[in-house]
Amino acid sequence: MIPAEFDYVAPDSLDAALRALAHGGEDAKALAGGHSLLPLMKMRLAVPTLLVDLRHVPGLRGAQRENGSWRIGALTRHADLQGRAELGIVGEATSLIADQQVRNRGTIGGSLAHGDPASDLPTILVAMEGTVSVRNSAASREIAAGDLFQDYMTTAIAADELITEVRVPALEDWGHAYEKFTRRAEDWAMVGVCALVRKGADGSCEDVRVAFTNMASTPIRATAVEHALRGQPLSSDAITGAAEQAAEGTDPPGDLNATPEYKRHLARVLTRRALSRAAGV
Amino acid sequence: MTAVDSRAQGGFVGRPMKRKEDPRLITGRATYVDDIQPVGTLWMAFVRSPEAHARVTSIDTSAALAREDVVAVFTGDDLEGIAAPLPCAWVPPGVEVNAPEHWPLAKGHVAHVGDPVALVIGVDRYSVVDAAEDVVVEYEPLPVVVDPEEALKDEVLVHPGLGSNKVHEWSLGGGDLDAGFAAADVVIERRIVNHRVAGGAIEPRAVLAEERAGHITIWSSTQVPHFLRLFLSILLGLSEERIRVIAPEVGGGFGSKLQIYGEEILCAWAAQRVGRPVKWVETRSEAMMVTHHGRDQIATVRVGAKRDGTVTAFHAKILADFGAYLMLLTPAVPALGAFVMSGCYRFPAVQTDIVGVLTNKFSTDAIRGAGRPEATHMIEVAMDQLAHELGLDPLDVRRRNFIAADDFPHETALGIVYDSGNYQASLAKLLEHLDVAAFRAEQERLRGEGIHRGLGFSTYTEICGLAPSRVVGPGGFGLQTGLWESALVRVHLTGAVTVYTGTSPHGQGHETGFAQIVADRLGCDPEQVEVVHGDTAAGPQGLGTYGSRSLAVGGEAVAKATAKVVEKGKALVAHKLEASPDDIEVRDGRWIVRGSPEQGMTLAEVAGSAYIPEDIPEGMEPGLEETAFYDPNNFVFPFGAHAAIVDVDAETGKVKVVRYLAVDDCGPAINPLLIDGQVHGGIVHSIGQALYEQVIYDEIGQLVTGTFVDYALPTAAEIPSIETDRTETPSPVNSLGVKGIGEAGTIAASAAVANAVIDALRPLGVDYMDMPFTPMRVWNAIQEGQQ
Ligand SMILES: Cc1cc2nc3c(=O)[nH]c(=O)nc-3n(C[C@H](O)[C@H](O)[C@H](O)COP(=O)(O)OP(=O)(O)OC[C@H]3O[C@@H](n4cnc5c(N)ncnc54)[C@H](O)[C@@H]3O)c2cc1C
Repeated sequence: MIPAEFDYVAPDSLDAALRALAHGGEDAKALAGGHSLLPLMKMRLAVPTLLVDLRHVPGLRGAQRENGSWRIGALTRHADLQGRAELGIVGEATSLIADQQVRNRGTIGGSLAHGDPASDLPTILVAMEGTVSVRNSAASREIAAGDLFQDYMTTAIAADELITEVRVPALEDWGHAYEKFTRRAEDWAMVGVCALVRKGADGSCEDVRVAFTNMASTPIRATAVEHALRGQPLSSDAITGAAEQAAEGTDPPGDLNATPEYKRHLARVLTRRALSRAAGV
Repeated sequence: MTAVDSRAQGGFVGRPMKRKEDPRLITGRATYVDDIQPVGTLWMAFVRSPEAHARVTSIDTSAALAREDVVAVFTGDDLEGIAAPLPCAWVPPGVEVNAPEHWPLAKGHVAHVGDPVALVIGVDRYSVVDAAEDVVVEYEPLPVVVDPEEALKDEVLVHPGLGSNKVHEWSLGGGDLDAGFAAADVVIERRIVNHRVAGGAIEPRAVLAEERAGHITIWSSTQVPHFLRLFLSILLGLSEERIRVIAPEVGGGFGSKLQIYGEEILCAWAAQRVGRPVKWVETRSEAMMVTHHGRDQIATVRVGAKRDGTVTAFHAKILADFGAYLMLLTPAVPALGAFVMSGCYRFPAVQTDIVGVLTNKFSTDAIRGAGRPEATHMIEVAMDQLAHELGLDPLDVRRRNFIAADDFPHETALGIVYDSGNYQASLAKLLEHLDVAAFRAEQERLRGEGIHRGLGFSTYTEICGLAPSRVVGPGGFGLQTGLWESALVRVHLTGAVTVYTGTSPHGQGHETGFAQIVADRLGCDPEQVEVVHGDTAAGPQGLGTYGSRSLAVGGEAVAKATAKVVEKGKALVAHKLEASPDDIEVRDGRWIVRGSPEQGMTLAEVAGSAYIPEDIPEGMEPGLEETAFYDPNNFVFPFGAHAAIVDVDAETGKVKVVRYLAVDDCGPAINPLLIDGQVHGGIVHSIGQALYEQVIYDEIGQLVTGTFVDYALPTAAEIPSIETDRTETPSPVNSLGVKGIGEAGTIAASAAVANAVIDALRPLGVDYMDMPFTPMRVWNAIQEGQQ
């Protein structure tokens, strides 16, 4: 609960922040909302030697609509996004993160960079097939959601890179639902299921995406469920049948609150519920 | 003094006054230990064992000592100034207690994760933690036992030198148990596990000690400053008058600060050693690990009954897991439950047999309710199980066994005398708010929709107001103390009043409730009455706050001291106004002559005459202050009826409390708002245990629930709006008629929730399951029930 010693800078431009990170090397860490990094530091599970606080870096906060996408600045807080209907599943999922105090501080960039498979936004990004824009002091690049999360709290972002922006398709004609199963309202998901469904004119499932929180060391897509439902009528029978496949191929780690078997069971139940809600049946 | 309109309505007692202490607490102006920073304060941190059981083979402090920011490092070898191990204050006459020595720093052997092996003193809070990491300790791991039933086999010894893990056996019974079971038509038996919980006070423990010129002052976040002074005196070999203990604002205790902790002793000891103030503030991780836990009992409960539900015998065998050491009250806790193992019922034969056992976990001790939540849980869950076995309505079974309302004071088969009660009335009042028939219809309808709703009751009584010394003291139950309480009431020259109480509140609201009692009697406003507590240098010796004793014992002491002031004041007023003292009364803020209210004095005028004694009765001492000590002749027995309604999501196992109703009786209300606050908090505490909270160690004794992420305290989002009501049955024990209410909610609620969950699960094939009702456990139970 008492962090080890570290240096601290709060640069006022993105370039200065990137330079500071590069200069600080492997043990320098960006600090956004601090709600994932500071607890780790207090438990001395993370011992960075330099914190580069992004609080004064301008221009990285807010969500803008551009063509068929949303561009969301990396420093946009959960509270800036929560409950906003026009943001679809992003608005829904951000309102389910922790409690209001955490949502007031935590950022979308921090959440994605942290890469915790129990966090909600990585799952949402994977389901939406979004991308993140990252930069170091020399160059910038785009990383697709499918390539971003490599292992437990390990992402494709290099130590000298910062996420500047998150891009997600607006998916306006898709139904969406995020079913987050927790013990207490403020907890991390024991299992979370994000379902996105596009209904065809004939009521059948034109397209579907399902992704899981906390079912593996990274967020994962439930491809078996998607295959089973795509092209089918969106009936409750078809949804129930598809949801039965939810645990297929998963090997979730057990923890204090859930054995792997129970998690697989929850995944099936929550997938059915999420799909039903997303499809409006 | 301006008149206050409330007095027209009959005084301040009974009014739902907002708490005087709240503005400073809410605006961040309260002073906790961590806010106090004498010049030159050093910090203390501990090196704690990562092993649950080990021999300490070496400790290398050189790297830590070499740091510039470190002032001293001490280990168990340095403790020669500490005269005795940490205390256990329960020495039951005639009972053999197998107790390990418990030193504040381990002497070569550690018995639980977090057992301190060294302490580091340095210049700031950060560097001492760094330095503690530089102390190199080598451990030779020893076999670990965490399961109390395993521990009882003595295959692995927690303290090899003790020869056995079994601590003691203790029984309390009354009536003929064999005859009771022989007369029964049915006998049910259930194994009831009451799992380990933490206190979870929001302010962790904190200690600051400063020695000056042979006198030492200790600020500690404690419920028992006077006991702490006593034990500091004994352990440090210092005369008591040279020790001052201050419990400043204390941010919650729930029993976890009714303790004499090694860190408190070491902080004072170290301050003497280094000659500078030393401070230690517990981290949350330490609090989860080494602030005492509670409960952790495995009970086998047998109930014999007639077909009509009349109970003929009740027998509880309890295996209590004490953890690695006996702390202040560790072995006494399960025994406190035994005193009310008859519940609110006329059981002709009742017996509790307790076995205490050591394990490689941290110690258990008193946590809110201390033994009585466990007892009530056993009784009330068993009553429901019995009713189900007999095919009877659980409320009918309760009513059939209730002690009659006209049968008080009532001596139970255990020889305990319940002071007053009316269990029928509290249940009837509860049912005014809850239509059971309508509920059952709704329950049926919801099941059709796949929602499993359940209703559970708990009708309870408990024993509190700890006192009376002759019963609980050394020759009785065996606590090595008296348990009276004290108060000093001082009226100042201006008519302002300071009350010193020996109780030590830490969130309960004594400053408001006690002020209401005093204000009515002295004819002043509670705003003028300051209640001072938690400082051994201010006011008389006292005993602290725990066991729901503050109002029933401490409040009565305040009333008694105030009565002495009133008596003196009346004599003074009578002298001034040339009337008889018997004709003086305090009314509407004035001390008047009965029948001629135009003749009178204000409290300020009375005090003025007492402090400028130009004209006082012959032989009267000047001044206006009095002290009283009060030792009641019995405990008090609050009671009530609670109901919980829960929804179980049968697909996932998740339980939600959708309604909670509580009717409690703690005698005449001094302040209904304070009662509601205690009842709400108590119920939440118990819902917490039933559904969310559990201290878990893995099989090698590592603490798994070391943070508030894993140890799931409920939040407002998990708790429905609690519906409360009261009945008021005065206690004959004290003049206020009051009983304690700080623990009642906790004592009552877990059984109501358990019965509700089981009621919901019955159609799914689950007739019984233990707390905690976490989603996975409930889901597993449903899977088993369906097979
Ligand atoms: C009590 C509590 C409960 C929580 N519950 C949930 C929950 O239910 N669901 C959930 O999803 N989350 C939860 N969180 C996490 C919360 O949402 C975090 O705030 C969030 O995950 C991280 O965002 P942050 O801005 O706080 O990041 P920080 O803690 O500041 O940083 C996290 C990591 O990301 C890096 N980083 C930050 N910004 C960038 C950037 N722009 N580019 C590159 N790297 C960056 C940091 O260096 C660090 O390694 C909870 C947190 C707490 C304290």
